[in-house]
Amino acid sequence: MEKFVQLKGLVAPLDRANVDTDQIIPKQFLKSIKRTGFGPNLFDEWRYLDEGYPGQDNSKRPLNTEFVLNQERYQGASILLTRRNFGCGSSREHAPWALLDYGFKVILAPSFADIFFNNCFKNGMLPIVLPEEEIQTLFEQVESNPGYELEVDLPAQTVTRPDGTKLSFEVDAFRKHCLINGLDDIGLTLEDTEAIKAYEEKRQALEPWVFDVRGDL
Amino acid sequence: MTAKTLYDKLWESHLVTERDDGSALIYIDRHIIHEVTSPQAFEGLRLAGRAPWRREMNFATIDHNVPTTPFKSAADIEDETSRIQVVTLQDNTKEFGIRNYGIGDTRQGIVHVMAPEQGAVLPGMTVVCGDSHTSTNGAFACLAHGIGTSEVEHVLATQCLVAKKMKNMLVRVDGELGLGVTAKDVVLHIIGVIGTAGGTGHAIEFAGSAIRSLSMEGRMTVCNMAIEAGARAGMIAVDDKTIDYCKGRPFAPTGDAWEKAVAYWRTLVSDEDAHFDTVVEIRAEDIKPQVSWGTSPEMVLPVDATLPIPEEEADGVKRSSMERAYEYMGLTPGMKITDIKVDRVFIGSCTNSRIEDLRAAADVVKGKTKAASVKQAMVVPGSGLVKRQAEEEGLDKIFLAAGFEWREPGCSMCLAMNPDRLEPGEHCASTSNRNFEGRQGNGGRTHLVSPAMAAAAGIAGHFVDVREL
Ligand code: SF4
Repeated sequence: MEKFVQLKGLVAPLDRANVDTDQIIPKQFLKSIKRTGFGPNLFDEWRYLDEGYPGQDNSKRPLNTEFVLNQERYQGASILLTRRNFGCGSSREHAPWALLDYGFKVILAPSFADIFFNNCFKNGMLPIVLPEEEIQTLFEQVESNPGYELEVDLPAQTVTRPDGTKLSFEVDAFRKHCLINGLDDIGLTLEDTEAIKAYEEKRQALEPWVFDVRGDL
Repeated sequence: MTAKTLYDKLWESHLVTERDDGSALIYIDRHIIHEVTSPQAFEGLRLAGRAPWRREMNFATIDHNVPTTPFKSAADIEDETSRIQVVTLQDNTKEFGIRNYGIGDTRQGIVHVMAPEQGAVLPGMTVVCGDSHTSTNGAFACLAHGIGTSEVEHVLATQCLVAKKMKNMLVRVDGELGLGVTAKDVVLHIIGVIGTAGGTGHAIEFAGSAIRSLSMEGRMTVCNMAIEAGARAGMIAVDDKTIDYCKGRPFAPTGDAWEKAVAYWRTLVSDEDAHFDTVVEIRAEDIKPQVSWGTSPEMVLPVDATLPIPEEEADGVKRSSMERAYEYMGLTPGMKITDIKVDRVFIGSCTNSRIEDLRAAADVVKGKTKAASVKQAMVVPGSGLVKRQAEEEGLDKIFLAAGFEWREPGCSMCLAMNPDRLEPGEHCASTSNRNFEGRQGNGGRTHLVSPAMAAAAGIAGHFVDVREL
């Protein structure tokens, strides 16, 4: 996994609440068996005027020029600013994969859906929860200042506005450690192999039927 | 000893180690796999040269992508990308020695229908799957929730998950449910009350006399939609119904092991004075048949209501969501729900495709005919076994005689990854769980309802109150 330490980047505002993972990456693109290449279909139904399907040449499709990510001033954005309950709905990890493939590394919102939030960390992305009023202020600042950038510092747990104001955020210590060091969860868990085996032995004595999975394989 | 909730008990019995930072490693008893969220996980294992920790604890099947018209082999799946995923799952499960109820197996079906049906999921277990509706299995007093693909790989490789304890939420529904009010209406009503983010960060326990009165099928419907209430996991305590359902299932214990298991399972209830961080109380008498009108499951109302007026909504964020929903749904504020016309009907999905759901729908359509204005009414059983049982009971004949289609098992029009989908602008009375924009097909408009309500809409051509039939 790629490390995440600091990032200074352009902010794109997506002024919608309850953006669900079906919206982030529509189901027809879930048929891929890869982890990459979802960027051109991020927010497909909002970004394009026609119906998208896998394997298409996206550069030839009619764009919905009203959609925020299609506006010139937000090209190259790496920070997405959005509203409450972002990433609700299906557990598809294709949603963070699509955001990442498009170029977003940080997402700022007043709240996130649990599974999506968790999936971000597995992909070197940082979802940040800020109070509703601060999100509102950011929306106002982004919209009235073209080229608006924020600086995110994970070790310090701060988001710095162009005027120097620092907003601090919470992050789980384990997730922070993994992100900063780019650590792979599986490798870390396997360091606990002995503990897992000891657990299995203890549990087997209590609930043997859990381990007794008969039948064909 | 402090009193514990059911969730506390499940968490503690699966704790492998706790880390200093408050996260923990929890043991996973059952991992259910399907074709859409697993290919990248198997690829990850292969690249890292890792083997599954306990391959027998994994159960795979195909559901999201499969056609609901008969097919005998992968070659019969027309859509190339779907075919590749089905074949990839076959290859992966074969390579790693994992059981897969694939093409032609009567046990094949929607993951959350297949697993309980097989007794693959039993009380007291932790159950995960790369699908958010894994919460369905919480009906068996399991800690069951959806995971992302990186976690699918993690569980395959380690039989564990890195997790953090959630908060405890109790949703108690007491009283007697009225005639025509089903488990689906109960859960839609709950979501209408607490909102789609109401359960975020919590594990919800559904309790109270109205919940206990539900069958296991009904309880699965309720837990299924915990995720639409924002909670990754929903659960219901063990009682006689739980135990009766499990008895004799292919993977349930037998003999002495069964007796021992039952004795343990009976402890899987919240202690009397256990502490819940959040408590929601609902009166069963307040619940009417529900219909969702917007593009989020919390935009739901009783069938006898009229649609809300955005100007009356004080919360700005909610008001603009409402306005956007009206635009997408093509409906007018203030109109009656029963005036919404229906173009298609979909009876199926992991929420409502079990035998009891099909019986309820068949009861409504028996001897009647689909409205001519309804282009299609599909019935898609949740698994091959549900299909067989329904056919033994003659339900297929009832549906066919009424002009409804009788299909092969799978997710079908719940998410429209296969050819079953809405055309832009069409309204669908659907027994599924999500009414998001485009969920059932680009531009399609979903209304979430119970099986009886969907069937009745198919006959009338618009929503009707099943209590008046
Ligand atoms: S039926 Fe629908 S909600 Fe259920 S698993 Fe399939 S796609 Fe997901």
